[in-house]
Amino acid sequence: MMRVNSRKELVSIIAFAFLAIVLLPALNAFVPEGNFFHISNFTINLWGKYLTLATLAVSIDLLWGYTGLLSLGQSLFFALGGYAFGMHLMLLIGKLGQYKSDLPDFMVFLGYQKLPALWEPFHNFWFATAATMWVPGLVALGLGFLTFRSRIKGVYFSILTQAVTYAAYIMFLTNDIGFGGNNGLTDYKFILGHDIRSGDTQRGLYIASAILLLLTYLGCRWLISTKFGKVQRAIRDSETRVLFSGYAAANYKLFVFVISAMIAGLAGALYVPQVGIINPSEMAPEKSLEAIVWVAVGGRATLFGPIIGAIFVNALKSWATRAYPDFWLIILGSLFIVVVLFMPKGIVGLPGQIKALLSKRKDDDDDELTPVDRVLPAEEAKP
Amino acid sequence: MNPRHFLLAAEGVSKSFSGFKAINDLNFYLDEGELRTVIGPNGAGKTSFLDLITGRSKPDAGKLEFEGKHDLSKMNEYEIYRLGIGRKFQTPTVYTDHTVWENLLLSLEGSRSVFPSLFFKLDSTRTDRMEEILKTIDLTRQRDWKAGSLAHGQKQWLEIGMLLAQNARLLLVDEPAAGMTDGETAKTGDLLLSLAGKHSIIVIEHDMVFVRQISKGRKITVLHQGHVLCEGPVDEVQNNEKVIEVYLGRSKAH
Repeated sequence: MMRVNSRKELVSIIAFAFLAIVLLPALNAFVPEGNFFHISNFTINLWGKYLTLATLAVSIDLLWGYTGLLSLGQSLFFALGGYAFGMHLMLLIGKLGQYKSDLPDFMVFLGYQKLPALWEPFHNFWFATAATMWVPGLVALGLGFLTFRSRIKGVYFSILTQAVTYAAYIMFLTNDIGFGGNNGLTDYKFILGHDIRSGDTQRGLYIASAILLLLTYLGCRWLISTKFGKVQRAIRDSETRVLFSGYAAANYKLFVFVISAMIAGLAGALYVPQVGIINPSEMAPEKSLEAIVWVAVGGRATLFGPIIGAIFVNALKSWATRAYPDFWLIILGSLFIVVVLFMPKGIVGLPGQIKALLSKRKDDDDDELTPVDRVLPAEEAKP
Repeated sequence: MNPRHFLLAAEGVSKSFSGFKAINDLNFYLDEGELRTVIGPNGAGKTSFLDLITGRSKPDAGKLEFEGKHDLSKMNEYEIYRLGIGRKFQTPTVYTDHTVWENLLLSLEGSRSVFPSLFFKLDSTRTDRMEEILKTIDLTRQRDWKAGSLAHGQKQWLEIGMLLAQNARLLLVDEPAAGMTDGETAKTGDLLLSLAGKHSIIVIEHDMVFVRQISKGRKITVLHQGHVLCEGPVDEVQNNEKVIEVYLGRSKAH
């Protein structure tokens, strides 16, 4: 089913997968500290976070780059996945919390007598893992059903998703709904019976993040190669025409919206144990916007671009927030403007852009070419 | 009443846009297998009429029926399409970022649902059919080109090819010859003529040479101010006093 177009692409996928899933963790686990090739626990943890954010970026690209849906609500789905998994981690703390109670600390603090029924099933790891997908998926289904049926498009769709995310943000800030309010869920101790802060556990989480990213990439790669993917791109380019080709565009958009919410939810679930906390700030408006910038910087509608963009911008952020803490937002903003103005295809499109620029130069110098040679499209040369 | 079954029947259809009556008490009947040309001056309501048939806009009043049983005024664009009504737009509307082949593939008759589209595979019958269409519309060589890089006339043909791929029962063809050379226009005419009978076709056109070529004594319809001015063979229509008046602005009885 899966068709990889060029050998080059296949080779690079395998190379990156090997590097991220095997080599980096091996250098962390087996090379002694102090050796030049040793990768520190800190680096592994940092890259684990980057890879989950890259997965989020791919989910945005599936919507924005391939379907033309600029959703500003992906951070909501990311956070919902994070919360679902965070609930499970909270329950694993047991009596090791500050209040020595079976209840999570914030519940004791707020005077809860017993665990809310909603929390009960989250004792089970598999239930919680499934919830990191179906909770965001269900929210996307409801939201998408209402918006796509009433043909809300373009910028209105963006504003609506932003507004819903903001409403959820405010809701999660309150203590009343029982998810820890402003402080969120934190102080995790264990995951699957292991100490969550140990190097081994963090390396395991890193590997899981790398595998999730790889599977997401391959899954999306497959999806866009199908006829569904062609309809997706057709909706992006000319939604009205798609209706006149007999496709119920709303159903296609709904499908891809739900899939992308589930991917974001899974990424959020892996993000939380690696940063050790989930709180409402993850769904603040700027989080969604930042993720949009990753995709734009890396290159829309390329799948590979968003991964590069997410890692590049976040690495830049890690550095800039330490070196120039006051200027980070200005740097981010300028980066976005430069990309929008001068690099429409992002980092991934840069080599092509440079090549085009160089060959144009060469064309100008080269008067040997007849006009016809220049006008004929390159495809003509193919048999 | 009328015992005949029309493929498409419009009765007393009206549609106004902020006070302007684009379609005004229109009555129009099309037989199965008929090739009908609709002419009329600018603003006569030709394209608005196609918009009503294809569900792009809804009539304010009147009856719009397909095969005597489907009420088109209550259906949306893709439901109407699935009845077998295909449309070629006035300005060529193809998927510019898709290849010629993909454009045909998206138009190919068959399921339009989400899940089958995930596991869709081209079998050899369909591949043959698409290659045949490519030959018909003379785009075999451009098969893997992006549709956006085609010349204007080629885009028009591609869009006609998309109608063929759909295998529509009723083809609505809005100004197929616009922007074509004389040679291309004649070829387009031949193509439409070869489809008549197998499909029912409504062609909207300005170019009278083209209209003469494809109507060949068939009935044509003249629209004026959203209303049918007259119907009949092209020679009859061209000598009709009312038609001359509308087109040339001449007042009669001088």
